[in-house]
Order: sequence, then C-alpha cells, then structure tokens
Amino acid sequence: MPIPAKQVTKETLVAEVAQYKSAGWRFVTATCVDLNENEFDILYHFDKDLTMEHLRLTVPKTEPVPSLSGVYLAAFLVENEIQDQFGLCFDGLALNFANHLYLDDEVATTPFCKFGVVRKTAAAE
Amino acid sequence: MAQTILPFGPQHPVLPEPIHLKLTVEDEIVVDALPALGYVHRGLEKLCDIRDYNQMVQIVERVCGICSKIHAMCYCQGIEEMMGVQVPDRAKVLRVVWSELHRVHSHLLWLGLFADAFGFEALFYQFWKIREKVMDINEATTGNRVIVSVNEVGGVRRDLSAEQIRWIEAELKVVEKQVRELRSTILDDYTVKKRTVGKGVLTGAQALELGAVGPTLRGSGVFQDARQLKYAAFDRIDFQPIAYPNGDSWSRCAVRYDETLQSIDLVRQALARLPEGELSTKVKGKPEGEVVTRVEQPRGELLYYLKGNGTNNLDRCRIRTPTFSNIPPLVVMLPGLELADVPVVVLSIDPCISCTER
Repeated sequence: MPIPAKQVTKETLVAEVAQYKSAGWRFVTATCVDLNENEFDILYHFDKDLTMEHLRLTVPKTEPVPSLSGVYLAAFLVENEIQDQFGLCFDGLALNFANHLYLDDEVATTPFCKFGVVRKTAAAE
Repeated sequence: MAQTILPFGPQHPVLPEPIHLKLTVEDEIVVDALPALGYVHRGLEKLCDIRDYNQMVQIVERVCGICSKIHAMCYCQGIEEMMGVQVPDRAKVLRVVWSELHRVHSHLLWLGLFADAFGFEALFYQFWKIREKVMDINEATTGNRVIVSVNEVGGVRRDLSAEQIRWIEAELKVVEKQVRELRSTILDDYTVKKRTVGKGVLTGAQALELGAVGPTLRGSGVFQDARQLKYAAFDRIDFQPIAYPNGDSWSRCAVRYDETLQSIDLVRQALARLPEGELSTKVKGKPEGEVVTRVEQPRGELLYYLKGNGTNNLDRCRIRTPTFSNIPPLVVMLPGLELADVPVVVLSIDPCISCTER
C-alpha cells in the first residue's frame, strides 16, 4: 500500500507547503524515489503534534523543482542532498552547494539513480 | 571592522567526527556560519539494491556507532508494518530495554564529551567511567558493546534470563547513584554555567520552524518526543518527555542529564513488565508497499521511509537522522556568539556525523 499522500504539482507545491507552515506544521524531510527512466517521486513529510502528513510530487527527471527553502529554511539541506544523489535541480535554493554537498568535481554520475544516469546541470550560485 | 573567514573543522579537538563550518567572524564575534558535509559519506541507503531486506538490518545498524540498536529497531518496525507482521510482546519489551540502555550510554558519552569541550577533564573521565557499566551490560546481554545486533525482522535474537535481569537492575542502581552524584557539578557549577547559560539560544518557535528534533527541540521548551508515538512497548510504560525552556546550551545539557536518569527508570519499568513468550515471529513473503516509521534516538527523531516492490530487495530505503535535522538550527544558533563559545555550542546539539553521513 502506498502511504496516504496528497498529490501536488510543481505549480501548487509552494502554496501547499506555505499552508502547512502557517498552520504550525514542522517540516520533517523530503524523500526522492527513482520511479522509472523518466520520473521521480518527491515526498514531503510534515509533522504536527506527532501526526504526519505527506505531499507527493511526481516530476520529470529533466525539469527543475521549486525549492521549499524560501518557506522552510531547513529544506535547503535535504534539497542539496537530493540534487547530489539524484541530479534533480531545485529552483530558488536558499543555499545551493551546486552538487558539491557530498560529491567532488570528478563525479560525473548521480549515485542514487536506479534507472539511468541524470546529468547534473545545477550551477553554483 | 573587517571580516575574517575561519574554518572550524573538519578536524577539531571537540569533534570526534569530521564536519566543517565556515565561520565569518568580525572582531571575535561570529556573524555567519556555513556548513559543509561529505567527508565520510558512505551511501548506505543505496545498499538496499544489492542486499536483501533481512541483510539490511545489519547495514542500518552500521549507520551509527552509538545508537545502532535504535536504527535497526526503526527499520524492522517499518518492514514489519509493511508485511503485517505481529511482533511478540516479549520482543517488544526487550527492544525497549536495549534501546533505552543505548540512550543511557549515548547520553553519558555526550555528557563526558561536553565536559571535555569546556575543559573539565575530570568530569569527562567520571561520565565515561560510569558509561562503562552500561557497555558491560550490553556486552554481557548481547555479545557486543555497541553494535548489539539484537533485532531481526519479526522480533529479537536474544533473550534475558531472570539472573541477567537481577544483575542489570543491580548495575543500574550503581549507575543511577553515580550519575546523581554528578548533577550539581554538570548543572550548577559556576564555571560550567558561565560556558553554557545563554549560549547558542534557540527559541521554541525557531526550533520548530527549523526542524530541530530531540534534546535540541526539547531544550527549547517543546514537549515532543517520538516515544509518545508508543512504538514497541511504550504503550505499557509510563513516559513523559523532558523539556527545559531556555533554549541554550545549558538547557540541552539538562535535558540529556535528566533523560539519562529517566531511561534508567524506563529500563526498570520494561524489565518489570517483561511478559513470557516467543522472541520472534516467523516472517513469510516479501515486502511490498510504502511505509514511514519513526522512533526516538538519543539525538532525536529518526525517520525511515521504506518502499518494497515484492522482491527481496527494497526499492528505496531513506534514512533521515536527527543530526541531519539539527544542522539548520545550529547554523542559526552560531551568529552572535564569541568565537570561543562555538565549540561548546556545536557540541550542544550532540552532532553525530556518522548518522548524518549515512
């Protein structure tokens, strides 16, 4: 059974997350899952009084995703991690390590991708 | 005043593991801090591609050298939920016993390291000396001091005899007495308070907004602890989270000190409620579906996201460790501090880089 998660789009993601923040939810983390050769699932996890809710964003591997770091600063770390491990780019990252949070220059692949290799395109800010 | 950029770490006397902070300093006052990770990242999550879901228990135990038992418990709980496995009551209670023993030795380790961070070597020695008794309990009951490997999907691998239970209770009585004797030194001493009170303040609102967990969150006055979810056998044990309101290094220290004594009590409660019965349930089938599961590590909430596809190998094993969550709050704590206070405040979140660089 998949976990109960509200499906969002790139266009509605930031607004949905802003609602969580204004309602006092804590941003727990985000999880990137390699679905197939073309798509990732990103699950965003929130907590309030030990109750968890999740948002699910399904995105093409080649398209950038809006960063949540403008809403929850804490998201910058996990978004940089996803950028390193899966090659997905985030627009508007408050602190962008540009694929160098964990990786060195000579790493040409995205080590956590199960299906194919996504080229990294993020540039240092 | 000109600004200077100072590297803090990755090799530093207060850091047992490598993390780097680029500190922008103006006249000995920190004005900005930028974290850098990745010195020892191992990519353990990715091993689920080549290790089956049972072998992954041993892999996740190696995420952290201090709370290995709790990683394995969280992972096993996730797989058991996905596969609908009912864990025997005795195994649930034993999981609580060993996980709270882990919390005791982890907090004693940290209390010693914290004392060392502000130069109190005798106190460091005392806490680590007490910790050895807990390590002896781990070794005698599991065969190992740290990587105890007691969990398996479906239950636990080891049991406790009545004689061992009596011995553990006697040893914990000594540990409790010795920890209580150090209370006034670690929490009331003039020089200790000068180094910790009002240093690295994080308000409750900031802690929640920045995603702080564990004693870092509860040291800011927020009564939240994943053990309130009543996983394992916490549904039959009296437990209330410990919190202190001031959000400074002293409060985070006080939370961990009190939790050390509380965990000793939780072990006693668990041992007193240990039912007779099986240690493990035979598991059939392959994990399929998605699950998110959480437990409370010594450093805070630990989250596992697991995705199974009906084969022996998981599609995804995602581990969100507590130190990973406590790094953004740390970055906010540091600006405004004198440079000399930075090591103590960094240590006040009990950074576990082994967990962070899983």
